[in-house]
Amino acid sequence: MDWGPLFTNSLEAAIGPVAITYCLAAIGLNIHFGYTGLLNFGQAAFMAIGGYGLGAAVVTFGVPFVLALLIGFGGTAVLAVLLGLPTLRLRTDYLAITTLAAAEIIRQVLGSLTLEPWLGGKDGRQGFAATVRDLNPFSGPVDLGIVGFRPFDAWVILIGWLAIALSCLVVWLLMRSPWGRVLKGIREDEDAVRALGKNVYGYKMQALMLGGLFGCVAGFMMGVSRSSVVPDNFQTDLTFFAFCVLLLGGAARVFGPVVGAILLWGMLNVLGNFFGQATSGPNPIIPTWIMDSNQSSLVRFIVLGIALMLLMIYRPQGIFGDKRELAIHAR
Amino acid sequence: MPAETTIDPATAFAGIPRSPGSAKSDPILVAEHINRHFGGLTAVDVEHLQVQRGVITALIGPNGAGKTTFFNVLTGFDRPDSGEWRFDGQSLKGMPAYRVARSGMVRTFQLTKALAKLTVLENMRLGATQQRGERLVNAMFRPRWRQQEKEITERAYGLLERFQLAGMANEFAGSLSGGQRKLLEMARALMVQPKLVMLDEPMAGVNPALKQSLLGHVRSLPDDGMTVLFVEHDMDVVRDISDWVVVMAEGRIISEGPPTSVMGDQRVIDAYLGAHHDAPLTVEEEEQVLREAEQIEAVRAEETRE
Repeated sequence: MDWGPLFTNSLEAAIGPVAITYCLAAIGLNIHFGYTGLLNFGQAAFMAIGGYGLGAAVVTFGVPFVLALLIGFGGTAVLAVLLGLPTLRLRTDYLAITTLAAAEIIRQVLGSLTLEPWLGGKDGRQGFAATVRDLNPFSGPVDLGIVGFRPFDAWVILIGWLAIALSCLVVWLLMRSPWGRVLKGIREDEDAVRALGKNVYGYKMQALMLGGLFGCVAGFMMGVSRSSVVPDNFQTDLTFFAFCVLLLGGAARVFGPVVGAILLWGMLNVLGNFFGQATSGPNPIIPTWIMDSNQSSLVRFIVLGIALMLLMIYRPQGIFGDKRELAIHAR
Repeated sequence: MPAETTIDPATAFAGIPRSPGSAKSDPILVAEHINRHFGGLTAVDVEHLQVQRGVITALIGPNGAGKTTFFNVLTGFDRPDSGEWRFDGQSLKGMPAYRVARSGMVRTFQLTKALAKLTVLENMRLGATQQRGERLVNAMFRPRWRQQEKEITERAYGLLERFQLAGMANEFAGSLSGGQRKLLEMARALMVQPKLVMLDEPMAGVNPALKQSLLGHVRSLPDDGMTVLFVEHDMDVVRDISDWVVVMAEGRIISEGPPTSVMGDQRVIDAYLGAHHDAPLTVEEEEQVLREAEQIEAVRAEETRE
């Protein structure tokens, strides 16, 4: 077993662009689900609108990069309103179903043949990250001792973590305010909040929109780090992995999504590397009758699934959750 | 709340006829022709009701009389099929629940709605209206709401002291006992600074010791210029604290008057015990009653799903 690369690879993955993308998506979900109690299963849609807003605006219409970002934000806000108007009056589970369906509809539409001249069909849009590439201050590979990144990756990671830091600051500022208090009240019992004279529907809409905007940033991140957006990036499992990140770190905690993203992607890589090495070579550590090297990359998801189940059973508040809240079962 | 608006119940009700829908000297709430159907069942059918300002009015009636539904309609939590009602001269018809609350008519719930994972103090602060910090544009900038938050917190502590919850201020509301939650919910409603407090079964599930203090709190509300309308099953409570009693049965108001006279009213006794309560039920009658009860349940379940 070669522990060096296993450790290095995992650390790189834990802070890499993918982890950043999921972290940002989970920060949005934290506002939806963690603080407001809105079960949004369509975060992938907000990410898709962000990614495509940026990609299509730059590639198809030649819009300057910064303006394209604004288009992405605008598109997300419109999506939030369109999605929220009919669904925010529904009960939580109905909201979940509708948002899930909406996300699939949007993905299908984005990849549709009719829109191919503008959105590129199944191939999506490529090569819209030139502006980011041009601004890259790193001229050579960045070596941080234990981990190292190619120049563009290092630049994207730097931007990504700055975005996460800023997002966490915004969430923290908002959730200590009376506005955040109303959201938490809605999560606990919206009728009680309504009875106190708060426009619950309006607050839910604001929360949906704000969380969606963080999803949009995640979409930018995904698009820029890969220099491409394709419809298949935005499947429903994207949303569910973002939920895993949130629950792993702890919902309704500012740093929950950050811890969750680092852990989830670190763990996936540790497991992947471990099983990969343990099943490779002429005389593998794990005998082939248990698993062969082709199966090893799938086994990590099985192990991760079990780990998540155990976490939910024994520590349902997540890594960062408040234990005091656990003692409460009554509503 | 100014104390000089206190109204003496005896003079307030002098010369008021003890009949359903009677006109009051200074009504704060006037309801007319309120109808609410659940499928084929008429849950509320109130021709006329006036609630006197500055006193405690009890709304009683047997199970299924439509008291809570009537409450829900008045406070905007349910929509009537028809009807008009005015609060302090302002029509509330079609107004969403949160605006009803803002206009000064605040309710509590039969099943207490303490916000379990918020602290007692946060529950209280949430009750304050017109908070600058509750607007998204101001929320991130603490200086814009810090001063107001301080004032709200002081007011919250004042009420918590009065309701003997100050020691629990930083506990999660979910860790309170059932009775304490009732206290918290009432105190939280007072944070809204209402003119009319609507209490839905404030004494349900409260232990006898706490009941006395809760009763004291309700009784003191008119002294602070508030009007109280409450639903209650416990007749001792009703006799104890209410100045006027309205009796509902099968969705209609069947009697009104001071507690003592209402409780001797033959119509009220009939409503609670059945008109032929001395004659035993036949098997067919009993089955009929059960069938009707099941139908009502089914319709209710249907409505809540929608």
